[in-house]
Amino acid sequence: MTPAIRRRSFLLLTGAACLPGAAWALSGSAARSLVDLLVADINAVIASGKSEAEMIKDFEGIFDRYADVPIMARYALGADARSASAAQMKAFTEAFRTYISAKYGRRFREFIGGRIDVQGESAIPRGVQVETMANLRGQAPFRVDFHVSDASGKALFFNIIIEGIDMLLSERTEIGAMLDQRRGDLDRLIADLRAL
Amino acid sequence: MYKRSQILPLVFLAATLAGCSAAPDGTLINDPHEGANRRVHDFNTGLDKALLRPASEVTEALPDALTDRVVEFADNLALPGMVVNGLLQGDLEGAISNTFRFVLNTTIGLGGLFDPADEAGLHERTTDFGQTLAVWGVPEGAYIMLPFLGPSTERDTAGLLVDFAIDPLQFLVPVEAQELQPYAFVGKKVISRGRFGSTVDSLLYESADPYAQARLLYLQNRRFDLGVSVDSSYMEGGADPYADPYADPYGDFVDPYEDF
Repeated sequence: MTPAIRRRSFLLLTGAACLPGAAWALSGSAARSLVDLLVADINAVIASGKSEAEMIKDFEGIFDRYADVPIMARYALGADARSASAAQMKAFTEAFRTYISAKYGRRFREFIGGRIDVQGESAIPRGVQVETMANLRGQAPFRVDFHVSDASGKALFFNIIIEGIDMLLSERTEIGAMLDQRRGDLDRLIADLRAL
Repeated sequence: MYKRSQILPLVFLAATLAGCSAAPDGTLINDPHEGANRRVHDFNTGLDKALLRPASEVTEALPDALTDRVVEFADNLALPGMVVNGLLQGDLEGAISNTFRFVLNTTIGLGGLFDPADEAGLHERTTDFGQTLAVWGVPEGAYIMLPFLGPSTERDTAGLLVDFAIDPLQFLVPVEAQELQPYAFVGKKVISRGRFGSTVDSLLYESADPYAQARLLYLQNRRFDLGVSVDSSYMEGGADPYADPYADPYGDFVDPYEDF
């Protein structure tokens, strides 16, 4: 760690700690209860015996209920969020909601026949990390972490880390590439995301 | 195969190669060869489309009872190399665990075709010389896209070469099993491509920039495996949505909740 980075982390940490009502207010147990509920819902869908298409639909709903979609959308858009109008931001957030829940709802398909177990929680600079193990059919168990914050007013997850792979970073890369393909035209991106 | 006297120079070569482009700590992506890497990525994608993907559809249609034998045989032959690396890293426990695993699976597991060790709780302690170099403090180096083999780094590429040289398999199993190793390796690649088919497809063929996605996924996952703290990204320029001034809807900029 270079001194500059260490200094920045320190400022970041102390800065966050001084803010009244910052993400620090979220207790570990509250974050854990959220993930317990989320995991119970996922496991219930897995065990429901519905058709795969119905399960994907259910997974989409779960994602929507438990995720802090506005903050994820804004993060994925990155610096381009600064030049966006309020109306564009609202439209983008809704388009992102559809895109992200469909994309990861489909991904949850791999969980069919498996289960997720909550292991514990720890504090992170912006909230609480809840650690889980995914035990999927025919695979070695792997780590899935949910990052939870209550900055939106209630406890919701804002990031999922699968074996070190950060979902928000992946989506910022993806949305950035999509925007580049459209020569930075946010309205076109919003329209295309809706159609995905 | 290599004589022991040839190994030491290789180790130094590896360390030199891996050290040739050290990036500052906390740098998420160090990719100075992006142009060349992207050309290799295109080549690999062509290979996937023409060969790997079609072949994986065939193996995916085969019963697991059959394909599991290939995967487990390949995994078993990789264990002696992992034992050596465990020792080089000072991870005695991992080396002993992998040794018992190899003995159990090679004997009771009928030459590694079956995996009774897993049921006994002796899971593979996956490691390689790339990790050994990391433990020894060699920096990660630049990102490299290898033809056929996919994403890597300078350190991991050096590790691959050394792993090939120090593999003690030749002293442990009959020549017939050694000759089968390359086939088992390729077979496992094809079978894995089939098992994770939809995930790989969505990465390679549905992403707006598959190269950038693969690079990000590989680097993050590799660092996770090497024990680089996951949540450190929040403090080192990684993903902190609540700290990014352009990404803070709860700050004084725009509140996405204000309209609800």
